[in-house]
Amino acid sequence: MTISSPRQASVPLPMWQGGGTRMGFFTDTSICIGCKACEVACKEWNDVPDLDPSWSGNSYDNTLRLGASSWRHVAFVERPRPDTGVGVQWLMSSDVCKHCTRAACMEVCPTGAIFRTEFGTVVVQEDVCNGCGYCVSACPFGVIERRADDGRAFKCTLCYDRLKVGEQPACAKACPTQSIQFGPLDELRERAGARLEVVKNESGHEMAQLYGADETDGVGGFGAFFLLLDAPEVYGMPPAPSYQRRDVATMWAAASVAAGVLLGGVAGAIVWGRR
Amino acid sequence: MVPAANPRSYYGLPIVKRPAWTQEVPWYFFVGGTSGALAATSMVARWSANAGLERRARRLALAGALISPALLISDLGRPSRFLNMLRVFRPTSPMSVGSWTLAGFGSALGAAETAELVGLPAAMVGTAEVAAGVLGPILSTYTAVLLGDTANPIWRGARHLLPFVFSGSSMASAGGALCVAGPVGDLRSARLMVVAGTAVEQLSFFAMERQLGALAEPYAEGRAGTLNTIQRASSLLGAALIATLGRRSRLGAAVGGALTLVGSAALRQCIYRAGFQSAEDPTYLVRSQS
Ligand code: SF4
Repeated sequence: MTISSPRQASVPLPMWQGGGTRMGFFTDTSICIGCKACEVACKEWNDVPDLDPSWSGNSYDNTLRLGASSWRHVAFVERPRPDTGVGVQWLMSSDVCKHCTRAACMEVCPTGAIFRTEFGTVVVQEDVCNGCGYCVSACPFGVIERRADDGRAFKCTLCYDRLKVGEQPACAKACPTQSIQFGPLDELRERAGARLEVVKNESGHEMAQLYGADETDGVGGFGAFFLLLDAPEVYGMPPAPSYQRRDVATMWAAASVAAGVLLGGVAGAIVWGRR
Repeated sequence: MVPAANPRSYYGLPIVKRPAWTQEVPWYFFVGGTSGALAATSMVARWSANAGLERRARRLALAGALISPALLISDLGRPSRFLNMLRVFRPTSPMSVGSWTLAGFGSALGAAETAELVGLPAAMVGTAEVAAGVLGPILSTYTAVLLGDTANPIWRGARHLLPFVFSGSSMASAGGALCVAGPVGDLRSARLMVVAGTAVEQLSFFAMERQLGALAEPYAEGRAGTLNTIQRASSLLGAALIATLGRRSRLGAAVGGALTLVGSAALRQCIYRAGFQSAEDPTYLVRSQS
């Protein structure tokens, strides 16, 4: 049971043209080897502070989560092989900010610090962020976080600075297996579709699925999507993330009615309470 | 053989982040909410020619409007950048809408008070009071949208009922504050506000727990569970006291009012805490989405 590399997939790797088109990541977890080169490259390039070293006991994962100071996180699922029950199956996946089409973090940001770049990515302007922390609770993926000593919110920028000069992001460049692929989003989606067929048919991974490649999902698709070998929650990701403006509209409608109840109640109490 | 990992979670680690907010935020929900309902009281009292109640409610509201920004600013990661809140108006952000509402609300109340102090025409006082009175109920309820518009399962799952919990609680605590502050004329209106507000608050809270189903678990466990017991007991006892002893005795009304305030404050703390507990266990989120 082998998994062929993406180079053997029917769609050839395109070059990045840059400018105008929406750029993103396709993280093909079926060929991730868990080397953490992406984590290291990201820290180096973006000058992300280190975490307190600690050993989690959760397989090879000591990073544990995405956060203000971990913008790539390699998850390690170590479990008995589901087909035979004998031996170990490894699932490894390099997680990252999804650069959502409908980005909750950006929508709820009160200062306008979070914006969408010309590459279609979602970036925090650190000179504007005042550390209100709203994006932290709003992100459906638990990605963005406030740095305790600094007070502001930080997350993956999809290497905005590198993209501007025509370079690819540090993690994609460092990835030795092309598990992390960078490019125009529509091309990545096409390639991922072909790749999924290969993984499903040739390797027998029945649960294999694209996660976030579909524009009709709750957040309108991810700018950084994945090929997973099992359900998203197995990797610590939400099964059906959602952010919809119409949900917010119905909340405001409910709040308006509730405000009316308050005003009416107060008026009633005063009128009725009058002797 | 390696022990099987829980198939529905990644080592039981949280999926969404715990709230980044501090204690000041639920205190603000309480102070701002009460203040908003008091401003509405002041506006209506003016229309019904109850000058004593109008003034008392407005001054209490103003006190709340002065404390509120302080609480919010101290919660920021970068307090010195608090003015960035008013850098732009972003209708998609409940926090932006709320910041502008609070700014307008505080200014209107300040203007009303100042206009009266320096002896400007009553119409000017009245206009400012109407502005504050209209913004007040929004201030009392937008905070529920703020919580609902997150990825937190226990908040998001109750996004259409939370505004009613907050509006009822604000009405009750405004009445409670007036009962504690003591009578201007008589306290009938304030007592009615406590009883009606508590009814809306507790019924909405009950409906919210029912609607959340299994997601409501944090409201019965840990710190949120304890706070839930406190809020329910204080609110119900306060309202009962106000409805009975409070009719005859000033002391009874004051104690009942104080209990109502405690209940309302504990309610906001309870909902805030539940957000932490809900985020910490990934099974809530997975269940809410499958
Ligand atoms: S994954 Fe979270 S932080 Fe990244 S764009 Fe989406 S909402 Fe924002």
